Amino acid sequence: MAEEVLVPAARRDAEPIRRAFGAGAAGWWGRAGAGLRGYRLIVGMWIRSTMAYRASFVLAVCGNAAITFLDFVAISIMFTHVDALGGFTLPETALLYGSASASLGLADLLLGSSERIGSRIRDGSLDTMLVRPVPVLAQVAADRFALRRVGRVVQGLAVLAWAVSRLEVEWTAAKVLLLPVMVVAGAAIFAAVLVAGAAFQFVAGDAAEVQNSFTYGGNTMLQYPPTVFAKELLRGVTFVVPLAFVNWLPALYVLGRPDPLGLPDWAAFASPAVALALFVPASLAWRAGLRSYRSTGS
Amino acid sequence: MGVDAGVDAGVDAGVDGGGPEVLIELHGVEKVFAVRRRAGLLRREKHQVRAVDGISFEVARGEVVGYIGPNGAGKSTTVKMLTGILTPSAGRLRVAGIDPARERMRLAHRIGVVFGQRTTLWWDLPLKDSYGLMRRLYRIPRARFAENLERCVDRLDLGPLLDVPVRQLSLGQRMRGDIAAALLHDPEVLYLDEPTIGLDVVSKAKVREFLRQLNAERGTTVLLTTHDLQDIEQLCGRVMVIDHGRLVYDGTPAGLHAAGAAGESERMLVLHLERELPAVCVEGARVVKVEGPRQWLAFPAGASAAPLVAQVAARYPLSDLSVREPDIEDVIARMYAGRG
Amino acid sequence: MHLRTGRRAGLYLAVAVGGFRRYAAYGVATAAGVFTNTAFGFIVACTYMALWAERPGLGGYDQGQALAFVWVSQSMLAACALLGGGFQEEVQERIRTGDIAVDLYRPADLQLWWLAADLGRAAFQLLGRGLVPLVAGALVFPLALPADPVRWLLFLGSVLLGLVVSFALRWLLALSAFWLLDGSGVNLVAVVASVFFSGMLLPLTVFPGGFGELVRVLPWAAILQVPLDVLLGRHAGAAEVWRALGFQAVWALLLLGAGRLVQSAATRKVVVQGG
Repeated sequence: MAEEVLVPAARRDAEPIRRAFGAGAAGWWGRAGAGLRGYRLIVGMWIRSTMAYRASFVLAVCGNAAITFLDFVAISIMFTHVDALGGFTLPETALLYGSASASLGLADLLLGSSERIGSRIRDGSLDTMLVRPVPVLAQVAADRFALRRVGRVVQGLAVLAWAVSRLEVEWTAAKVLLLPVMVVAGAAIFAAVLVAGAAFQFVAGDAAEVQNSFTYGGNTMLQYPPTVFAKELLRGVTFVVPLAFVNWLPALYVLGRPDPLGLPDWAAFASPAVALALFVPASLAWRAGLRSYRSTGS
Repeated sequence: MGVDAGVDAGVDAGVDGGGPEVLIELHGVEKVFAVRRRAGLLRREKHQVRAVDGISFEVARGEVVGYIGPNGAGKSTTVKMLTGILTPSAGRLRVAGIDPARERMRLAHRIGVVFGQRTTLWWDLPLKDSYGLMRRLYRIPRARFAENLERCVDRLDLGPLLDVPVRQLSLGQRMRGDIAAALLHDPEVLYLDEPTIGLDVVSKAKVREFLRQLNAERGTTVLLTTHDLQDIEQLCGRVMVIDHGRLVYDGTPAGLHAAGAAGESERMLVLHLERELPAVCVEGARVVKVEGPRQWLAFPAGASAAPLVAQVAARYPLSDLSVREPDIEDVIARMYAGRG
Repeated sequence: MHLRTGRRAGLYLAVAVGGFRRYAAYGVATAAGVFTNTAFGFIVACTYMALWAERPGLGGYDQGQALAFVWVSQSMLAACALLGGGFQEEVQERIRTGDIAVDLYRPADLQLWWLAADLGRAAFQLLGRGLVPLVAGALVFPLALPADPVRWLLFLGSVLLGLVVSFALRWLLALSAFWLLDGSGVNLVAVVASVFFSGMLLPLTVFPGGFGELVRVLPWAAILQVPLDVLLGRHAGAAEVWRALGFQAVWALLLLGAGRLVQSAATRKVVVQGG
């Protein structure tokens, strides 16, 4: 009995596993698994919390869909005055709009609350996350998970579907395949931006709003044809913060239009690689941020 | 005293396991923060603050230790290093053989943490839902979870609260709920940060009684920071005092009193005068501090405050007053006075 | 009596100054906001250039005026709190936690108190977050801004009225928490409405037909569209300018009045429930 009391079961059970794997091998995959599992559990709790205020939730879902819908109404109103904007028709612009919106919506749904990390740091509640057996990034991403954000995703996909039905494009297998790849890889690119933004808040919590320039600002930009923008701006979102890979480059390929910067056709298929490549600096930034928090406590 | 019995039981259990095993050890642990202060409009000065300045101690399995000191002394910094939240700047630190900073997640399975003023429960959900999450996050086997939960519910009177959303709980109920949440995965060490702060007398007593039982029956090691002298007296077999980042006392609570016992313990009458005045002069008390219109009068704990109040009110323009019971700060202050 | 009014005015002035200072304390946050407003300014300005290149004179603006519309509206955005971030979240939180009961029994008028604080905040954000984006925009794009100081004074008066309308709308929003408890849903719907109907997304003069007629008389038009039209000189003659300001004043009074009615209903509710 005394033995039972003094050496809790969890510890005894886990010991051989730890020995078998060693600290290093358990490493990345173990953490990723623990992260996903913790993320799923915490998200479940937030969804149930949301349901405690059902009326507010319903309003929020509608609001979320409406906010993006009215965005598109504004673009449609523009097209009541002109036939083409920057040489692009309404269905062509809708393709850009729908894909950017769906991508940002997905990223925002899955880890948009990470922007709350600044207030978590300020009020000290990040500490409570550091004593849990779940990677902090997973907890931060799941924090205040807001199911209402699904509104933007649905609306974006709806506009995308409408655009596809109206486009006069010769659909090839590559073009059809590119559509889902574009949305998912675009979401991953935005997700990397969100992670980097969260990391940035470790050093400059008050500057959280800068992130909006890249997420919402980037999204607004990507909803319009690239031909509308100055070359300097295009270079910035292609080579510095590669948001152009979210939807512009794949969509230009689908529409059979050349890239204003003269990038080759294969760049249209580079989005997944760009997303993966972006996660390297983003996760390094995150680790550096967390390390600095744990060494300074602020 | 019942306290001693509890502590003894814990230590005895440890002896059965083959000698008192060291669970927590610190050797020359330091924590230095670089603080940037504004100096002028744009210029910022960087300077270093030694929050923890070379602390060494060991805690054996089954001990109940009070960790006390004035605000900013380095208490919570130490606890944050012990729980893996902060990385030490120097020194060696082990909890259950684990380096907390390097293996934060592995350590998390072995420790329980309760932050006094910050609940980790889910605000809008029934209390039991938070426990369900703990079971899954910590992968607690169902049978063990049921057993632990039942014990906590029983001992902490949580039964009627399990279906109540946490936001509707009182502070005392929430604290009890938080303590239970920290214990479901059978931690070997329980850290409590100000576990009785803001609680009413009944809740305080319940929390203390529970911690005593926990230590006696389960052999759980408890480390708590507190401002409440009674927490220490009723719970801890050992107390450590930290000040300016250094350990200035490590011993029994009784010894703490002896160290500070230049005189019998005193209560404090805090006067709010209508304006700033020189130190008041009344019989049976002495002014220990003047701060603007406020003055602190120390008087023997055994004496009545009523005649003092009458004297002061008759002779000075009094706008408000309060009586403070002796607390940790006073004991520590007198401890320094006694040493000096 | 005079003395008391004077003291009251002094109190609300102090509250307003407090609101100003509170936001002025966050230098880095302000800089971040300026960065974001400027970035959005560039993006929207590019799209408007394309649109007005295609259709010169759209909505009654030439291209310089359309660009001025973009940059001045980015400068006013934070002050008007069109995207939230004003006082309403704070009041909602106080309602949710029950702290509002304390506020209700304070000797100061609750609505005026928060109006003063919000105007103080807006004053700071107009300066702190408005000037830099406007200057940046003017350096890069050919903005058609008026040189007449009277026009700028009228604009400032119109902005003030717009801020009061914005406050009055958000006050109703804040009070909704007495019935809804969690304000995030209504806040979001309110953001949608104010973004779309204020003219921030697209000038209201560009909205077509009957829908356009409608959106131009809604209260949100009084927040952004009317001040901008006053500045850009779309109103022919003094009479029309005064009519525009009158339009704002009517909405301000109506909404503030509605706020008081809702507030007294809320107070009764608190008294009945005992907090």
